[in-house]
Amino acid sequence: MKAPRGAALLVWAGLALIALWVVARARYSADLSGFLPQAPTAAQRLLVEQLRQGVASRLIILAIQGGDEQERARLSRDLALRLRAQPRFLAVENGDQATARRDEAFLFAHRYLLSGTVTPERFSVAGLKAAIGNTIDLLASPAGMLAKSWLTSDPTGEMVTLLDRLSGSQPPQTRDGVWVSPDGARALLLVRTRAAGSDTDGQQQAVAAIRAAFQQSRASQRAAGGSRQTAPAGARARGQPQLIMSGPGVFAVQARQTIESQVMRLSIISSALIIALLLLVYRSVPALLLGLIPVASGALAGIAAVALGFGVVQGVTLGFGVTLIGEGVDYSIYLFIQSRTGDWRRSVWPTIRLGMLTSVCGFAVLLLSSFPGLAQLGLYSLAGVLAAGLVTRFVLPELLPRGFRIRDLTPIGRRAAHVLAKARSGRSAVALIAIGAAVVLFLHRQQLWSHDLSALSPVPQAAQSLDARLRADLGAPDVRYLVIVSAPDEQSALEGAEQVGAELDGLVARDVIAGYQSAAQYLPSLAVQRQRRQSLPVPAVLGRRLEQALSGMPLRAQRLAPFLHDIEAARTAPPLTRASLAGTSFATLADSLLMRDADGWRALLPLQAPVFAGHARAIDAGLVRRAMSVGAPDRVTVLDIKAQADALYSGYLAGAVRLSLAGFAAIVVLLLVTLRGALRAARVVLPLALAVLTVAAGLTLSGERLTLLHVVGMLLIIAVGSNYALFFDRRKKLPPAGDARVDEGTALTLASLVVANCATVVAFGVLAFSSVPVLHDLGETVAPGAFLALVYAALLADARRPATASTSG
Amino acid sequence: MRSVAWLAGGMFALIVLAGGRCLGAEQGRGAATLQQLMGLLAQRKHGEVPYVEEDYLSVLDRPVKSSGVLVYEAPDHLEKRTLKPKEESLVLDGDELTVRRGHRTHRLQLSSYPQVAPLVDAIRDTLAGNEQALERVFKVRFAGSLADWKLELTPLDRDVALQVRRIEIAGARDAIHSVEILQVDGDRSVMTLGTP
Repeated sequence: MKAPRGAALLVWAGLALIALWVVARARYSADLSGFLPQAPTAAQRLLVEQLRQGVASRLIILAIQGGDEQERARLSRDLALRLRAQPRFLAVENGDQATARRDEAFLFAHRYLLSGTVTPERFSVAGLKAAIGNTIDLLASPAGMLAKSWLTSDPTGEMVTLLDRLSGSQPPQTRDGVWVSPDGARALLLVRTRAAGSDTDGQQQAVAAIRAAFQQSRASQRAAGGSRQTAPAGARARGQPQLIMSGPGVFAVQARQTIESQVMRLSIISSALIIALLLLVYRSVPALLLGLIPVASGALAGIAAVALGFGVVQGVTLGFGVTLIGEGVDYSIYLFIQSRTGDWRRSVWPTIRLGMLTSVCGFAVLLLSSFPGLAQLGLYSLAGVLAAGLVTRFVLPELLPRGFRIRDLTPIGRRAAHVLAKARSGRSAVALIAIGAAVVLFLHRQQLWSHDLSALSPVPQAAQSLDARLRADLGAPDVRYLVIVSAPDEQSALEGAEQVGAELDGLVARDVIAGYQSAAQYLPSLAVQRQRRQSLPVPAVLGRRLEQALSGMPLRAQRLAPFLHDIEAARTAPPLTRASLAGTSFATLADSLLMRDADGWRALLPLQAPVFAGHARAIDAGLVRRAMSVGAPDRVTVLDIKAQADALYSGYLAGAVRLSLAGFAAIVVLLLVTLRGALRAARVVLPLALAVLTVAAGLTLSGERLTLLHVVGMLLIIAVGSNYALFFDRRKKLPPAGDARVDEGTALTLASLVVANCATVVAFGVLAFSSVPVLHDLGETVAPGAFLALVYAALLADARRPATASTSG
Repeated sequence: MRSVAWLAGGMFALIVLAGGRCLGAEQGRGAATLQQLMGLLAQRKHGEVPYVEEDYLSVLDRPVKSSGVLVYEAPDHLEKRTLKPKEESLVLDGDELTVRRGHRTHRLQLSSYPQVAPLVDAIRDTLAGNEQALERVFKVRFAGSLADWKLELTPLDRDVALQVRRIEIAGARDAIHSVEILQVDGDRSVMTLGTP
């Protein structure tokens, strides 16, 4: 206090410079990782890892619609060609014949290493007889035409077995040599990016590259189509072909763009609105600029604190930061308006300080959140509120020009007092509202909470349903169950996948699952390859056995020279490695099903739900788990993606509720200690609690399910609203009902509260219009909550007047 | 993927048979008798006949025999139910072809196979009484009389013609007696239909 004049200014300027430097150098990220949980359990870690890095996260579905069918097919082929030339794409599939032929050639060339039916028994006399007999039977079936072309080189039917096993999933329909949706209206392509789904920059580049390639394709098609006189007319009738994209990476990019643009827009809008409000109130530019100093300092301090504490600043945090404007600007409002009457340091500052501390209590508990986004919000607001408060107290007064006075706002205060006086007669309504709200919440207690992680997803519903439609078109439904084998090295991961696969084969036979995918289907472990190779007899032995096996059959051994040749080739060929898959669509498939991470290797086996009468049925997870526990249970995890995601979210929600209650408790304790009385503390808390109750009931009535962010918003109602309640605690000399005569001090307090409340409601109200759910939820909770907190505090303060007459402020 | 594609071959025979059922209905020559035949065929809304199929393959010394039941329900349900040597079924329902063999069921839309789509269209049009439809896909030769007729179909489509040389269908009045498919490589299959 006794520091030389200007010292505070120097410290402030110095700190501001440092903060500016930190802010300028900070890393900013607008991706969604702030809203991906830090998963507590191993299964949840696997899930989050899948969401961030996994196969599915790298997938982009492209659909071309509009134009005519041939045009779409040409575009699909041209686009695929252009994308395949770019190393940023691991794979581009559009159902073209070339890839299909390469895949088939690979399977055929390596059928004796890939087929699970290759055992020593199969190449015994009896085994050969049975297998060849089966193939001859097959000649009479619909598959006969194919079996016939392979008969002399594959009489035991390994290729047919292999195809049969790999064809568990329905491929998309093909028209004009490219994949199309069932109604034929869209050509479909599947792209896998090299960048992981969590690498939003990489995904953005991929998305941009796809768009650019499509533009080029369209331009070249148009150039080529210029000579064709008929095609453009038809195309024009149906509109230009358009490219639609979907997938986790696309979502991440869209979300980032949404967050970036919204954070920017929301900040500008709420700043503009608050500036307009302050101009309207102060009618003085210097007062406005001075009033913004604490807010600006707070924002700077907040960002700097987050940058230092977390290393990277989430875009969403800046979005939440809008709320700081609402809180931070209040302090200078209180200072300017209330300092008209005497020494504000003694009369107003203690109340601001207590209000600031209650806010700090509320924000501090968020620091403990396992939700990185919330923890950042907590730190940002904590540092921001502290900085704004301290700057208001120590710096702003130094900066005020001598004789600085804003215009007299007692008229506003008196008008507010007048309104209040009238409203107070309807005070009993508060009790009714409170009871009504409690009843509403009780009646809706079953549907109160949203248990869906997607409630937090910034991906709009329309984009989510488009994604679902494209997936259905592709016949690639979301995988719900994933068996994960963890192993120290690649070979043991493959061996683990083979053991699990053997159990899964049993489940397929019992119709528990329709099928599964495994990297070992394309890339068997070296051990299994060795076993299979050793099952193949040497040519002389095989020739002898064939002679015996074929006796009495319509097939003569002499015709099977290609078979003998292929067996010998397989027997002496080098083992299959990951490199052998190059050029086939199995390469990316294997990569996505077998991967290396920090803990070693993982093999993933997605399960397909059984289909009955054309409808997919749920997998009986209990049976799957029981089957899996037979093998090597410690290395095998059955991951129920949906259940884990839901559990994760429920955990979050419970955590947020716990944290909010803790914050509330901290605020109550703080009030108990500083106000030195349970009754006074209760009087401050009661209007806040009622505001929370009313808002919760209102949201429920409007059909909203409460999410994590609503809960946090309720904590903020308490933290922000406590300021108002505290002022009413101090200024308890409100006139009795019906009497609007108030002294100047009371009028100014009321005026400052009204203005401050307007600023807060505006700041949060703007958030409520955001299409980013986390911001929207917070805004729609706090904006009405802050308003109600003020109203309730005003109404109830007087109601308790007789009881508080003895205490002095 | 491929496993679905290879079903196209087997499906072919069935489609031809479906076409054959009503084939007598339209033909340039002997129009009067064919008109009568068409009337007879059109009256039949459903049918179920046993069949025996023999596939003659050059790599095999003896033909492969299979047998089962053919089922027809107007307007566009066709079923080839093989009972021997292995149970399996091939069902054409409108545009959807379903193949069941052992544990597996495969479904595919015929319209997504451009090489067979014209055949399917031809069958539909023929069933609907469009007399020119078949001649868009096959060169049609008619011989004999209503009591004992024979149709020779030569595919016009280049892709189909790469595999199938000719299809010969023989019958008496509204009963089809046999369907023979001759392939380009010399292999052939003969399906003999019994009486319901």
